[in-house]
Amino acid sequence: MPDDNVSSLTAKREAAVAAFADVPREPGAKKPDPILVADDVKRNFGGLLAVDVDHVEIQRGSITALIGPNGAGKTTFFNLLTGFDRPNSGSWSFNGRSLHGTPPFKVARAGMVRTFQLTKALSKLTVIENMRLGATRQRGESFWRAMLPFTWRSQEKDITERAEDLLARFKLDTKRDDFAGSLSGGQRKLLEMARALMVEPELVMLDEPMAGVNPALTQSLLEHVSNLREQGMTVLFVEHDMDMVRDIADWVVVMGQGKILSEGPPETVMSDPRVIDAYLGAHHDQSLAELEQEFESGALTAAAEAELSGDVAAAPSSEPQAPPSPTEDAPIDGGPADEKPAEETVAAERTGDTKDGR
Amino acid sequence: MDWGSIFELSLRELIGVQAIVFALAAIGINVQFGYTGLLNFGQAAFAAVGGYGIAVIVTTYDMSFWLGLVVGIAGAVVLALLLGIPTLRLRADYLAIVTIAASEIVRLVGRSAWGRDVFGGSDGITGFSNDFYDLNPFSEPLELGPFEFRERVLWVLAVGWTLVAICTLVVFLLMRSPWGRVLKGIREDEDAVRSLGKNVYAYKMQSLVIGGVMGALAGMVYSLFQGAMQPDVYATNFTFFAYAILILGGAATVFGPVLGAMIVWFSFQFIDLALRGAIGQGYIPDWLMDSNDTGAVRFMLTGVVLILLLVFRPQGILGDRREIALDAR
Repeated sequence: MPDDNVSSLTAKREAAVAAFADVPREPGAKKPDPILVADDVKRNFGGLLAVDVDHVEIQRGSITALIGPNGAGKTTFFNLLTGFDRPNSGSWSFNGRSLHGTPPFKVARAGMVRTFQLTKALSKLTVIENMRLGATRQRGESFWRAMLPFTWRSQEKDITERAEDLLARFKLDTKRDDFAGSLSGGQRKLLEMARALMVEPELVMLDEPMAGVNPALTQSLLEHVSNLREQGMTVLFVEHDMDMVRDIADWVVVMGQGKILSEGPPETVMSDPRVIDAYLGAHHDQSLAELEQEFESGALTAAAEAELSGDVAAAPSSEPQAPPSPTEDAPIDGGPADEKPAEETVAAERTGDTKDGR
Repeated sequence: MDWGSIFELSLRELIGVQAIVFALAAIGINVQFGYTGLLNFGQAAFAAVGGYGIAVIVTTYDMSFWLGLVVGIAGAVVLALLLGIPTLRLRADYLAIVTIAASEIVRLVGRSAWGRDVFGGSDGITGFSNDFYDLNPFSEPLELGPFEFRERVLWVLAVGWTLVAICTLVVFLLMRSPWGRVLKGIREDEDAVRSLGKNVYAYKMQSLVIGGVMGALAGMVYSLFQGAMQPDVYATNFTFFAYAILILGGAATVFGPVLGAMIVWFSFQFIDLALRGAIGQGYIPDWLMDSNDTGAVRFMLTGVVLILLLVFRPQGILGDRREIALDAR
């Protein structure tokens, strides 16, 4: 983005934040102009209720973060919304159009495009071919016309130009003709995001855009994500990196055990006791009186905030160090999406680690 | 040993009918497996359906040869839909299981006593190729240096290589188009392609149908050349030969299957004749092998060559080494 756009950058962000001014800080809050509305979405895996969302709305033109401990059902919820998984019940609509039971490719065509937690670069296609694939309504994608190059060549040229512009923006233009499989993890994340933009979506859903990305690339990825809002797109992303959430999210939705626990602007949400409980596990090994005392003194909140921001060094000494009891922690952390044993998950949570071992 | 005649006979196989048949079958598999990643282990069934299409229509029902062609191709399309509808939504391995079973079902139904009136049982069907040879424009044998082709063979070769050329051209055109790009994307990761708004299921089905029709053409050429449709020709080893040919030539390359088919049939004939010659001259002692063993030994040698190829050139003869290197990452 050129410098002269900086003022309009902040304007968009301010507009997004302003839109949330009157929204109550509670789960399932109504938004002034929702692009996505989901109601009563439930998904069972065997006996486990992985997703149980009563009501959630995503504000148009904003960046919304979906956070929660491992196994909270964030990715499953993503899969349900985009048609990659089917819910046991529930309904949701995008731009007022019901998407229940819609196959993934139609969801994408409707303007709701997702990326994946484990990056899906198409290894044996070149970077530019990956990009071209993203364009929709290609004439040459029909079997009979494919054999008649003159019917699609001009469109292919336009698509290539658009792809090259995007590649330049994502600083992948030097990799144009390399196989996508030869890119680094971070570059693949960039490619996947750029490829999703080729679909010209209205809502971009990013599943852990920072996972496995070299810290040097983090800043540029952050810029790319906030640029999406500047271009009028709505962003919904799942992330464990609290710095990123704080930096770019206008609104945060917290999930735990499949439910929406809390909603609000980043600062509000991160000090919400329900959220802290979800992340740290309930304080089962403390007496209530002790807990209350600690909470009132503010030590617990401060400790939790430090933990949430992933700051391991500042991990509080006041935090109870008793070994986690699987019987109580399992339902909180040992969710369906990750097969890790509960104890390991809790440990990872404590050190601010994510599924990707960062 | 008469090297001249060994080479001559082997070169005939290089461009022979077997090479044509397996080139067609392998081109079909190339579309399905090489470009789309669909494990169709039932190419023999498609070939059998093509062969039966002509044989049943012409001999059993005494109808037109042209109708037989249409029925053979339509049969392959129907078979592809039947196999694809239940399995293409599932993981790739399901298609492999279903197709290999289907190919045996087709063969066993064809040779069953129950269907003898229609399919001719295990003896198969004969007497359907006259209309085809009536179209033969060649009235006398062709002599090319040491080679001499009789007019019947010449006609099959001309039609066969034309079909191979057409199929190769179709694959060439398709795979450089956006349509081919979607197929290659599906091979790499179908969920990613889905997330970009492509109807993956429809593309996989198209790929299965096209590859199947090419398999049917292979069966038609072979049964017309033989003048007989015998079910046991289309056992599972037909499919695996085609796979070996494809991998040898280079999967996901336009000319790989054709080159592979020519090399394999040339080598089969060459090894066979060379071994027989060597045994005849006493170069290979009797206790080691006699001329009855050559058939088995040539398969062993072919196997060794394939293993060496996969070790030292896993991308096949025409493949791109860089693509294989990506898998190792």
